Amino acid sequence: MSRLDPRRIGAALVAPVMAFVTAIVLSSVVLLIAGHAPTTAFRSMFDFGTQPDNMVNILNKSAGYYLSALAVAIGFRMNLFNIGVDGQYRLAAMCAAVVGAAVTLPGPLHIALIVLVAVVVGAVWAGIAGALKVYRGVSEVISTIMLNYIGTAIVAFMLTPQVFAELENNIVKTPELDSSAWFPGITTSGGEVYGFIVVSALVGLGYWFLLGRTRFGFDLRATGMSEPAAVASGVDVKRMVVASMLLSGGVAGLVGMPILLGASHSYGQDFPSGMGFTGIAIALLGRNHPIGVGFAAILWGFLDVSNQILDLEGIPKEIVTIMQGIIVLAVVVAYEVVRRWRINAEQRRVAAQLGGPQAPSSPSTSPAGVA
Amino acid sequence: MTTATATPPPTATPDVEPPRTRAVLLRALALAVAALAVLSVTRVVSGAQDLTSSGTAGAALRLAIPIMLAGLAGLWSERAGVVNIGLEGMMVLGTWCAAYGSLHFGPWAGVLAGILGGAMGGLVHAMATVTFGVDHIVSGVALNLLGPGVARFLSSLLFTGSEGGGVTQSPQVEQPATFTVPWLSDALLSVERRRTFLLSDTAGVLRGLVTDVSWVTVLAVLLIPASIYVLWRTRFGLRLRSCGENPYAAESLGVNVYLYKYLAVVISGGLAGLGGAFLSLVATNIYREAQTGGRGFIGLAAMIFGNWRPGGLALGAGLFGFTDALQLRQGETSVHALFLALAIGLGLFGVWLVVRRRPVAGALSLVLAAGSLALFTLTDTVPAQFTSATPYVTTLLVLALASQRLRMPAADGLIYRKGTAK
Repeated sequence: MSRLDPRRIGAALVAPVMAFVTAIVLSSVVLLIAGHAPTTAFRSMFDFGTQPDNMVNILNKSAGYYLSALAVAIGFRMNLFNIGVDGQYRLAAMCAAVVGAAVTLPGPLHIALIVLVAVVVGAVWAGIAGALKVYRGVSEVISTIMLNYIGTAIVAFMLTPQVFAELENNIVKTPELDSSAWFPGITTSGGEVYGFIVVSALVGLGYWFLLGRTRFGFDLRATGMSEPAAVASGVDVKRMVVASMLLSGGVAGLVGMPILLGASHSYGQDFPSGMGFTGIAIALLGRNHPIGVGFAAILWGFLDVSNQILDLEGIPKEIVTIMQGIIVLAVVVAYEVVRRWRINAEQRRVAAQLGGPQAPSSPSTSPAGVA
Repeated sequence: MTTATATPPPTATPDVEPPRTRAVLLRALALAVAALAVLSVTRVVSGAQDLTSSGTAGAALRLAIPIMLAGLAGLWSERAGVVNIGLEGMMVLGTWCAAYGSLHFGPWAGVLAGILGGAMGGLVHAMATVTFGVDHIVSGVALNLLGPGVARFLSSLLFTGSEGGGVTQSPQVEQPATFTVPWLSDALLSVERRRTFLLSDTAGVLRGLVTDVSWVTVLAVLLIPASIYVLWRTRFGLRLRSCGENPYAAESLGVNVYLYKYLAVVISGGLAGLGGAFLSLVATNIYREAQTGGRGFIGLAAMIFGNWRPGGLALGAGLFGFTDALQLRQGETSVHALFLALAIGLGLFGVWLVVRRRPVAGALSLVLAAGSLALFTLTDTVPAQFTSATPYVTTLLVLALASQRLRMPAADGLIYRKGTAK
């Protein structure tokens, strides 16, 4: 079967569309209960979000979200939960900002050094969790969460004025990077799009190539689908765990780069946090697929930017947070429902082709429990 | 239950049995005395008086309770085989609902509302994981997004406009009553003030535990023996745990696994909600955004630390509560003194290991003790930003050192579908 079979694509789209519709219906109900007209809310969000300057904002936001989701997705593909992307990218951006401000280098080299520092710091921070899992059997879910908090403490320490930061306009931040480290933007009618968005897209391409076209990617996916099968075919699972955590952390290190190199040029108290958790949601929504994740990142950016208009309409903009939560929950439920439906359909098809008098009963229709 | 004594014990230690209860209690008491002695020595040597003061003990208790409740919540759910990483979101729902309930119907209604709010979150998690068979971690992450979102939306709807309320916080609310054991508290205070070795330390800790204690705290502490009783001494508990160990075997014996999993996860949510209610009604008198501060996750870590047992998780929660309290009370000195306590503890542990003929592990422990001692002598204080990370570093260290000996329920986190046993 060709990879571009329309039926396949259709089936892949059923779940996200179902989830999105569910989220809209449920949040409409919530809005109605709260006494607001859902149509007004959604229309004004759409109108606001499609204005050129807001579209630029959406793209800029999604550049970081996309990287964050890819970092999470690398782990997901082999059943590793890197909940620690949040700590990894903040620590990485902080260290990169400090190193970047301390050196003077010609443009491309300067940027390369900053990016390298970010990748290495992110990888090391995630690598701790990988090593703990492999050598000490600590669940990566718990260790990455703990590392998030420890990372937060280290960033807070580095951000104190005597250490690496300075007070400027009542905001503590690292010294500003030289203009040689500013990543050139793309000028559009709505403003400047971060140039780093190109790097984000390239990382997406690299992700697709690595996982879909290399031995390493095959081993990684095999480990995720069935660890015993992977072991039987000679995959060193421990090595894979450490390697994929390092890779995931490295990509996580890039998450703060679009903002650091494209807009803020320093790491301050106002540097966005929480993008790591957003990445988890986006990776789930985009089904760990580089293109799906791209669309999901843009959708998330859209929801984040366009909710600003709701306050002007007198509607609590927090409805969007609920919507995002429902989307994630609905999308995973929808994928599961679609998966079961497809298995049943397949069973029926096979049964029909075998010409049996009766389709085999599916697991869900087995006799009721004896309790 | 009696078969466990007749057959050779399995690799993992068997669950608590009647004849062993007293031994366990004695061991816990011995451990407590030893810990207190180490802390007492540390206090005398380092001069960090707040290490064992009644203020620290009281704060430690207040800080430990939400972590303990979160851990207990995780225990109920995971004993039935459902990993509940959505505890944080359920706690957030608990904090909000408790504040709302207390605001409109009084403090105890608030506690109840908090439990119900958390239980609602548990119900969503149960539906996703049990009915729809979604991956447990994924559903939990979604709940952690949903909980704060719902709380925020409801705040903007119901708290904005009222006095002191807004999108991120509620107005001040009424707290449930507290009590102080009448003359005992004063008697202990006089002993504490004498600063005698060990005696004053014991008095300080005890006084912290009998002064200004909320009735919610008492309720929460009682939930530990209650959980032990229900989960390990009743038919209901045996069936519930069997769903976490081998759901297909339970199914073959006629247990309605879906029902038990639902009940466990909803109870789990209720306990997390109670933890949230504690935060907004007892620890403070206001709902605030991000009030839970990751306690759901630390509770989960306390549960793992306690090897999926109520007693162990209470110990873990106590440890985290204590380190948390220290950083609040003269954190830079107190946490610094903790290095000395760590050095003494590791040193003793190392000697014990050597005596028990495990020289390699013993030597490692002694080296760590020396490193800890060096840190204590070479530095004066720990920067404030790092003291806030103490509980998390402790968790990570404990897990790194102990996780090989832990045993989680055999079917924990696995997706169960009725009638698919192989």
